[in-house]
Amino acid sequence: MQEKDKTRRKVLIGLTSAVGLSGLPFVATPFIAAWNPSAKAKAAGAAVKIDVSKMQYGQQIQVAWRKQPVFIVRHTKESLAGLDLSLDKLADPNSDQIIEPYKGLNPSRSKNPEYSVMSGVCTHLGCSPKYHPEVEPKAWDASWKGGFFCPCHGSMFDIVGRVYKGVPAPSNLVVPPHMFEGTILTIGEDKEL
Amino acid sequence: MSEMAGKLFSWVNSRLPIANTFERHLSKHPVPSKVNFWYLFGALAAVTLIIQIVSGIWLIMPYSNTEEQAFSSIEYIMRDVDYGWVIRYIHTTGASLFFAVVYLHMFRGLLYGSYQKPKELVWIFGCTIYLAMMAEGFLGYVLPYGQMSYWGAQVIISLFGAIPYIGESLELWVRGDYYISGITVSRFFALHVVALPLVLIALVFLHLVALHEVGAGNPEGVDIEEYLDDDGVPLDSVPFFPYKVLNALVAIGVFMTVFSIIMFFFPEGGGYFIEMANFQEANPLVTPEHIAPVWYYAPFYTMLRAIPDPLGGLIVMAAAVAIFFIVPWLDRSKVASIRYKGIYSKIALTMFGVSFLTLGYLGTVGVTEIRKTMSVICTVIYFSYFLLMPIYTKYEITKEVPKRL
Repeated sequence: MQEKDKTRRKVLIGLTSAVGLSGLPFVATPFIAAWNPSAKAKAAGAAVKIDVSKMQYGQQIQVAWRKQPVFIVRHTKESLAGLDLSLDKLADPNSDQIIEPYKGLNPSRSKNPEYSVMSGVCTHLGCSPKYHPEVEPKAWDASWKGGFFCPCHGSMFDIVGRVYKGVPAPSNLVVPPHMFEGTILTIGEDKEL
Repeated sequence: MSEMAGKLFSWVNSRLPIANTFERHLSKHPVPSKVNFWYLFGALAAVTLIIQIVSGIWLIMPYSNTEEQAFSSIEYIMRDVDYGWVIRYIHTTGASLFFAVVYLHMFRGLLYGSYQKPKELVWIFGCTIYLAMMAEGFLGYVLPYGQMSYWGAQVIISLFGAIPYIGESLELWVRGDYYISGITVSRFFALHVVALPLVLIALVFLHLVALHEVGAGNPEGVDIEEYLDDDGVPLDSVPFFPYKVLNALVAIGVFMTVFSIIMFFFPEGGGYFIEMANFQEANPLVTPEHIAPVWYYAPFYTMLRAIPDPLGGLIVMAAAVAIFFIVPWLDRSKVASIRYKGIYSKIALTMFGVSFLTLGYLGTVGVTEIRKTMSVICTVIYFSYFLLMPIYTKYEITKEVPKRL
């Protein structure tokens, strides 16, 4: 074969391969997209509503939004007043390091100062922290001021879900978008956002 | 009759290379004449793979891969299907023993330098098999949709979330839902029963083809190709069939005994093979008090926990597995076997073994301050074994390797 033909063949091989490969993203699209949440899954993940007026002061309840636990705490005056006591133990007291929807609005980090609404999923590896509101020495902290303790890897959060220093969890518990219409709390949707 | 059989055989053989393949890979395939028990675990791993495939196929039949029925179909297998419990326990025991023999097989590699030139590719295919096995084991553990299935998967999938920028959408894409739902279970099922087994079988094939090309090693690290007889067959070799096959059959007999004892008397392995929390159905709202991986992931889980930052933990954990791939280029020793390597190699391998076992223990128990410190120390030892290898293998005094086996 002549040198000229060889070059010509190389160009043709190159062009054919390029055309063939350009089809790859098109072929890959349905296979990748089929792994996205389906329309049914998205519908099942819609916002949930709950009446929070029946909650006791100091009580924590857990509701499921997208089958994930969301913690709602109705604070007592004492617990809100005690928020500043453990300030030096917190890693990010003002939520500067995360994107928080209601930053600086209330000390309770929610749209209503009496309540805290936060995701019940530990920011470390997704376990569900447990509510320990009592102010008393604990196995994990001798000067416990009340809050959430994650049994999996020992992360600690205060009563409004702010993370302690020196624990595995890197950031505060996430506050989901929510809104109050009277005493009805909607989690997963906020018309003002 | 025998004449007809002979004719039939020659008819087939002239169309399919049976005799040729049998000779090349079995009856005339030379293997070192002197090896020890460490060289049996490869065969045992192959046997376990077959056990897993067969028992797995039988489990697919009654299993249901939906959110509502996954857990109850496992209980159905355990209670209502005739001998269903045997088949399930074969599969769970097989999974643990698969890892056990593969860990011993890998340790043999480190002990006798089974990765050294020209066996690099054999080693790399082996490491890839191990990686595929880890994925396969994880996916399989999610299928019963018990508490530990759910929360174990939650921990592992949120590792993807630690990747910057794309993490969260990647998590959602892997799950296909906002939590680990039936959608996740059924896609894990497809990967567990079709995709990864195909990959595993292909890799095992490549592992063996590459091995037969370069020849098996021996505990002395002697290159048997140096001294050949007149037919070009190594003097220090025996044919694979029947010598090694019969050897392996004895090992398989012992292995099956151990297998049966576990399967019939200790199928949960004291909570290490099947964790107790997995006898409860998955509940996304309640985390079990203590989340621990199955024992074979425990060393890597400990490393993950030892690093406070999730992304850092993920990187360290991935590096701990990935570092195996480059061992052929980390070892600069003139000799292959630990028998002829120097004192530093011996100390290093011992410390590596101890740290690996300690990491494994730490991964199955809760976290305390002292255990956390120990995890960090053991992680450092684990990586030092690999990262210092180019230095201690190069500068230590080695013994003279004999010419013949």
